[in-house]
Amino acid sequence: MFVLSGYEYFLGFLLICSLVPVLALGASKLLRPKSQAASRTTTYESGMEPVGGAWIQFNIRYYMFALVFVIFDVETVFLYPWAVAFSHLGVLAFVEALIFIAILVVGLAYAWRKGALEWS
Amino acid sequence: MNSGIDLQQSVIEILSNLGLPPGVAKLVWLPLPMVLMLVTAVLGVFTGVWLERKISAAAQQRIGPEYIGPLGILAPAADGLKLLFKEDITPGNADAVLFTIGPALVVIPVFLSYLVVPFGQNMLISDLSIGVFLWIALSSIAPIGLLMSGYASNNKYSLLGGLRAAAQSISYEIPLALAVLAVVMMSNSLSTIDIVNQQSGYGILGWNVWRQPVGLLLFWIAALAECERLPFDLPEAEEEIVAGYQTEYSGMKFALFYIGSYVNLVLSALFVAILYFGGWGFPVPLEQVASLLGVSETNAVFQVVMAAIGIVTTLLKAYFFIFLAILLRWTVPRVRIDQLLDLGWKFLLPVGLANLLLTAGLKLTFPFAFGG
Repeated sequence: MFVLSGYEYFLGFLLICSLVPVLALGASKLLRPKSQAASRTTTYESGMEPVGGAWIQFNIRYYMFALVFVIFDVETVFLYPWAVAFSHLGVLAFVEALIFIAILVVGLAYAWRKGALEWS
Repeated sequence: MNSGIDLQQSVIEILSNLGLPPGVAKLVWLPLPMVLMLVTAVLGVFTGVWLERKISAAAQQRIGPEYIGPLGILAPAADGLKLLFKEDITPGNADAVLFTIGPALVVIPVFLSYLVVPFGQNMLISDLSIGVFLWIALSSIAPIGLLMSGYASNNKYSLLGGLRAAAQSISYEIPLALAVLAVVMMSNSLSTIDIVNQQSGYGILGWNVWRQPVGLLLFWIAALAECERLPFDLPEAEEEIVAGYQTEYSGMKFALFYIGSYVNLVLSALFVAILYFGGWGFPVPLEQVASLLGVSETNAVFQVVMAAIGIVTTLLKAYFFIFLAILLRWTVPRVRIDQLLDLGWKFLLPVGLANLLLTAGLKLTFPFAFGG
């Protein structure tokens, strides 16, 4: 069996969906008024004169979450084929997945203890 | 299994009878369901926006939109037209290219996910074997667009909103995937058609919601968070960071974000219906009723009626969940960012893993009840 059947629709739909923003922005470009007053393009900061830019170095607190995410996202990717084929894999596959998940749960507990999941 | 109407085959046959070669006939057919689905998706947005305004008005004892069309049903169309005529402002300090690509990157994947949404046995664009996985994969592209527009705006509020959006959607993607995995395990397939067919045959009793109550709860919470709906609308929390990543956007680019968020809501509601509430399946097993009454499954009128019932049932189920989401918005307060991350990582993730293992265990013990 050709595994990739039905993907011509994917390509076609991708093309049609990509036309949505193009057409929307194109139509708006033809219809909308154009006037560029200088003060209009200043950055919005609640009506005050903006202080400094946003492209500065600062502490991104979500960094640790992103690292933990990568581990668990890869885990779910491994679990997809396991779940689909589970019906004819039987008890052994269940035990294997149990061990696999147990190892990751230990990892989660470690991250939890180390405070990687704390916001403060 | 009743195969139902196959529009593709019928249309291609008619075109071939008109003297077109089969290849050309297929090429003529190819864009038809796509355009139809796109129009459905946009109409779904209009209905969603109208419901949002009407229900929130009712929740606050107001009347809501009233004058634009009957019951104000054209109000969303008027909103759209207004946004179309609005001036487009790109901030002077912003990165103009990323600023424009951002909203497009948010809107394309959510529309593209309609590729695998079924309204009947053959009523979908393409029955891909990866089905729901495609939706999960596509839904993780949108945060890139949000982060991109948040960063490109060169505005502090936008940047914070974009970062929050990214953190939120990666935190809730894993519980979402784990809830879907438990359903996938029961139907032994990722295809949306197989998932619905596995629930059919016993009417309301066969639906996954009875076998996956925890999964449904997980999925619904995670889906609300992925859609950035209240109580999880931190990326655009107006009291804290103005409008989050949308702060600098106006006109059609803002409209793209707006459309994207509503398409995403409708899509999530549709997937709740497909994964847990039997998709196009009617609460009463109509096929059995028909065979009791002696109506043949190949009867053309029967097939058309069944297809129509299927589409209406799917939409009713989905719109019930949209109604629930809107009502939740006016019922619960917004969570804090630390509560949001705690809920995702310390509660939903362990529960999701436990639910998956429990499903696997039950499937081994009671193979008949859990899809063989």
